[in-house]
Amino acid sequence: MPVKSIRQSLLLAGLVMVGFAGPALADGTVIIPDVIELSGAGAVSGTNWRDGAMMAVNEINAAGGILGKKIEMQHFDTQSNPGVSRAQVQKALDLEPYVILGPIFSGSVKVNMALSQAAEIPQIVGAEAAEITQAGNPYVFRTAFGQQFSMPKIANYVRDGIKAKTIAVLWVNNDFGKGGRDAFTKEMAKRDIKVVADVSTEQGQADFSADVVKIKAANPDAVFVYSNEEEDARFIKEARKQGLSMPMIGETTLLSQKVIDLAGEAANGVQGHVSLSADAPIPSIQAYAEKFKKTYGYGSDHNGIKGYTAVYLVKYITEKMGKFDSKLFAQTLHGLTVTPEQTPGILMEASWDANGDIDRASFLAEVINGKQKITKILPKLGSK
Amino acid sequence: MSAFLQLLISGLATGAIYAIVAVGFTLIWQTSQTINFAQGEFVMIPAFFVLAAMKLGGLPFWAACLVGLAVSVFVLGVMFKQAIVDPMLKHGVLPLVISTIALSLLLKESAKEFYSSQAQPFPSLVPSVDLNLFGAVISTQSLLVLGVAFVTVGGLNLLLNRTRFGRAMQATAQNRSVARILGVPVERMVLATFVINGLLVAIASILISPIYLVKFTNGETLGLAAFIAAIVGGFNQVRGAIVGGLVLGVVDNLSAAYISAQYRGAFPLFLLIAVILLKPEGLVGRREERTV
Repeated sequence: MPVKSIRQSLLLAGLVMVGFAGPALADGTVIIPDVIELSGAGAVSGTNWRDGAMMAVNEINAAGGILGKKIEMQHFDTQSNPGVSRAQVQKALDLEPYVILGPIFSGSVKVNMALSQAAEIPQIVGAEAAEITQAGNPYVFRTAFGQQFSMPKIANYVRDGIKAKTIAVLWVNNDFGKGGRDAFTKEMAKRDIKVVADVSTEQGQADFSADVVKIKAANPDAVFVYSNEEEDARFIKEARKQGLSMPMIGETTLLSQKVIDLAGEAANGVQGHVSLSADAPIPSIQAYAEKFKKTYGYGSDHNGIKGYTAVYLVKYITEKMGKFDSKLFAQTLHGLTVTPEQTPGILMEASWDANGDIDRASFLAEVINGKQKITKILPKLGSK
Repeated sequence: MSAFLQLLISGLATGAIYAIVAVGFTLIWQTSQTINFAQGEFVMIPAFFVLAAMKLGGLPFWAACLVGLAVSVFVLGVMFKQAIVDPMLKHGVLPLVISTIALSLLLKESAKEFYSSQAQPFPSLVPSVDLNLFGAVISTQSLLVLGVAFVTVGGLNLLLNRTRFGRAMQATAQNRSVARILGVPVERMVLATFVINGLLVAIASILISPIYLVKFTNGETLGLAAFIAAIVGGFNQVRGAIVGGLVLGVVDNLSAAYISAQYRGAFPLFLLIAVILLKPEGLVGRREERTV
């Protein structure tokens, strides 16, 4: 056989094989990209989310996948940058995904959720800024409380638990921090608690001495701290150094194990509301936390739980529908309640409303001897 | 008054960190006319060397610090010069600048990939004790950073001005051709500068990591602040880096407390623009004239 004919035959055989392999791959897998903060300021949160999500993917794939299809999850790093996150969501959409997971940073979600909305692909996010689910996007869903749900809970605690009349608010100057600050000060006003110091800080800030000086001068009954992990830790250390004696109150991040590890003894005494916690006295969460630590060699934070439950949520909805239909997925999830009895991977009963906001039980906690201790379980808002 | 003193002392402590990093900028600029845009990452990396020596090598902290210093001198001093600066400088300053930007990305991503993306706590060289000074609180860590900054600049000034070796380095910085004619081993002098920079960044890294925590993104903030500090103080003077760093730290703190915390990031840039417009050689820099 002439060399040219051999080459042509091989090429043809190759094309035929690719032709068969393509649909076979598409038939055997479901594409769920994960657009997440793997570098930059959000790396701690994003890494936890990714590892939690991958743990769920591996469990589900090992058990046969979703409706017989294995999950194919590719991670796209947003670099904690809203502009990059938008480009990454576009890349993820080019894969023709079933559902998109992430990101966590509110600023990123705000600029990229319109893309998945236009493509009619559900996006399950870790962001907490209130306005995300108030923009009328039927394809965006949360895995944790929006600030409009968490801030009333923490505000009640400031009024009834701490019994504060005045408060200082220290927040990080990004979409997450600004949104939290706005929601919190609104709740303070409703409860006649006066905000005597309103201190903005920068992402990546290392020196908090000026901020502590300002808060000391205002002499509030308590300080509400709303920033990212490393900045929280640095602030706590500086506050203790300068002898800031009033209670430091936070929402989820401030009480995370990462902050406790970084701040060391200075974190003792910090208290507040935790929407999700790997230390929650709930057997399913404790089993998850143990497995996560065994798998990755470090303890999961709330973002790990968000990533894990997001994947199980996709599994549950899809199996409930009996088919892969992105548009129907979004319609089905609105107004739905999922319980651990229906799918154990959801860990705690959770409900999604018409806006894509989540409601579930949450916790009051305090850091004691370098560990987060849950002091009270608060019921779902909807169950009151 | 105690609040002002607190801000001043904290600002000086932060400024001292910027200053140590900025010294490296000025040293390398003086001897090889190179701006190392990976300088921030050079300060970030040695802390990872130390942690890796502790975690993987099982070494105690002090021994791990020695390993970190040695590896930094070799990798960030000798290897940086031989593998990047020498080959790229032949093609002009711009390719070298781009190479150092690429190097900064490589170092950052490598630290993230091979160690961790998460911030790590770092042991302190001195016990963390807070001292009260007229109502202002300063930690022993901050005092150590301040002390090392002044000892560094003092030592470097002595080395550069009072020793034969230092004068040879200065001659190399001023005119390589003439220095070579006078018998100065120019290549060795340039290498010495990079070695000193490798040592400085390692010292800076070990000093600041208990405060900044160890994270692959640390170089971004530090590199920019140190670069601004070097320009503000004077790029062609080691003492300029110290003055620039301290001024920047104090301005940052005072502006955040007394003007606006929300715009604190803008004030160092205002200062930079003012210096470039009004005193382009820097606050204590030397005016230079060049033929173009």
